[in-house]
Amino acid sequence: MINRRDFLKNTVKGIAGITLSLSAIEIIDPQKIFADKTDKSKVRWVFLVDTYKCVGCGFCVKACKQENEIPYDANVTRTWVERYVITKDGKFFADTPKGARDGFITGKIDLGQGKFQDIKKEDIDKAFFVPKLCNQCENPPCVQVCPVGATYQAPDGVVLVDRKWCIGCGYCIMGCPYGVRFFHPVYHTAEKCNFCYHRITKGLKTACVQACPFGARQIGNIKDPNDPVTKIIMTERVGILKEEYGTKPQVYYIGLDKEVK
Amino acid sequence: MVHGEVWTLKELFVYPNEYIYWSIQIVMYPFMTGLVAGAFVLSSLYHVFGIKQLKEMARFALVFSFALLFAAPMPIVLHLQFPFRGINVFMTPHFTSAIAAFGIVFFTYGAIVASELWFLYRKHFVEIALPLKQKQDKSLFEWIKFLIFCALTLGEYNIDEESLKRDEKAIKILAGLGIPVACFLHGYAGFIFGSVKANALWMTPLMPVIFIMSAIVSGIALCMLTYIVTMEIRKLIFARKKTPYQVFQSKEEIKGVEINVIQMTARYLLFFLIFAISLELLDLIFRGYTAVKSWDVLRSVIYGKDFIDIFILQYGIGNLVPFILFLMPGLTIRRAVLGVILVLFGVFMMRWNVVIGGQAFSLSFAGYMHYHMPIIPHDWDTFKEGLGGALSIFIMPFVLFWIISKLFPVFEYKESH
Repeated sequence: MINRRDFLKNTVKGIAGITLSLSAIEIIDPQKIFADKTDKSKVRWVFLVDTYKCVGCGFCVKACKQENEIPYDANVTRTWVERYVITKDGKFFADTPKGARDGFITGKIDLGQGKFQDIKKEDIDKAFFVPKLCNQCENPPCVQVCPVGATYQAPDGVVLVDRKWCIGCGYCIMGCPYGVRFFHPVYHTAEKCNFCYHRITKGLKTACVQACPFGARQIGNIKDPNDPVTKIIMTERVGILKEEYGTKPQVYYIGLDKEVK
Repeated sequence: MVHGEVWTLKELFVYPNEYIYWSIQIVMYPFMTGLVAGAFVLSSLYHVFGIKQLKEMARFALVFSFALLFAAPMPIVLHLQFPFRGINVFMTPHFTSAIAAFGIVFFTYGAIVASELWFLYRKHFVEIALPLKQKQDKSLFEWIKFLIFCALTLGEYNIDEESLKRDEKAIKILAGLGIPVACFLHGYAGFIFGSVKANALWMTPLMPVIFIMSAIVSGIALCMLTYIVTMEIRKLIFARKKTPYQVFQSKEEIKGVEINVIQMTARYLLFFLIFAISLELLDLIFRGYTAVKSWDVLRSVIYGKDFIDIFILQYGIGNLVPFILFLMPGLTIRRAVLGVILVLFGVFMMRWNVVIGGQAFSLSFAGYMHYHMPIIPHDWDTFKEGLGGALSIFIMPFVLFWIISKLFPVFEYKESH
């Protein structure tokens, strides 16, 4: 018969033994060694949006919804297009009806709750479109706040979501300053643009890039100096969204305006 | 339908994926953990700092804190899209996330409360288990009772003077250790919000401290309320039986003890209430004074859209009115009841204004979102993230308290320490 003292002693020894051997596995994590070697990979995906070229047709949104199986009528989308209108009296208007899935078919600004604002053409000072998508931040707050590590950054910079592991707490949705995340209406896990990861890793363009008739959207590899996107980012004046959050977004814009939210 | 769409109304320019994702359950979460932490701190005031007047309340607050402890994580679990995957947080905790350490903090705190309770009630367990152990031919009920209490003693039957003294020492250490852990548990809930840099209203280092102060306020208030309710019930029982009831000899004696305890506790309530309000106002003034980019939209929410919620319901009815009620001399039980109910309401509104108010404006700073809490549920989602879910969570600790107080008698048990 084992007495209490021995029992406690053996328990402590047992736990210590198990922890030690487990920590050994941690020390020689094969995945880490593998990752270290491949980390010098020659790929870092970035995106370039030329807002001068965007006409707000919404083909990109449509293509994205179909490609990535986001229910067509659900009021969420991985990418969207915003319309900005600044009138002569200095007023600012912006809208994105259904994420511009059907383009901007009316000149009226959607104010929400079924209200619309009519703006006369002669009153407009400037107006333009801004496509939005996940910024695949270099310092992604969504990855930082995920409590289970279900969202993570791939070595090529793209932030991905593991649908099998996501618990659906919504912390990443709250943590994203760009509002690109939502709960998938069918899978109920966190969802976002991943630069069509299944396509770009096979050498294809993203669905939105392919669908854009005006070349307003481009995807490229910033580590490749010969990539046309890299050349533009390196030699021309480009902007990023919400720099103040320190997320280091990797979607670059040509023709950003101070009114862009 | 997209999650959140049912209860979100959008106004002006809001990004297409924005909805009120964190709804009533996330309001309940800091409210409930706040009550846990507050109740514990109240009980520790006696055990650690030896504030004798709180003796009666201390034991009660500890047991109640234990009951609340089980209810505290429930709102989060209910809020998850995959409640059964909640266990993933323990399996692959991702420690850069503020939520990831929840399990560790929560269980550490739970272990402290449980062990403190055990030391406090050890004598009681032994006193019940020993006679039953020696008794021959036990009935089925006695067998069950014996097994439960035998297990609760953890095999330690020694209750002589010396060992009880050691118990007392252990309680004191645990209660002392518990205060920082309880504050951490709740300050940590504040950190979950305060560290979200994307949210202009939440992001402030003051958030954890504000949460701790209002937590203690709400914990004390709930303990006072429950204490009054139990004392009133005892008075009723006394009036019906017309015989000396338990340790008390007369109805007047209960009354005297009750008002004494309440008056004493109310002082501590006021003390922490002042701290809580000062910090909240500091935060508000600071935001207005520095007026960074987000201030325009915050001002329109704070002074416009949420004015009634913040200044009338929270600061007015929830803080100012009870403050005056408690400050007026000659506190009566009736006034105390009204005061603590208002205080609880005020703290709830504070949580509401943080969680819902933080989502009342768009990340674009150019649009608004309005939350319409589902009252009548039409599916599981609208039940758990609606009035039904919130009420179930609120009732849970009282039911648990009733069950737990069968094992840990709060009043019947005669003083040993």
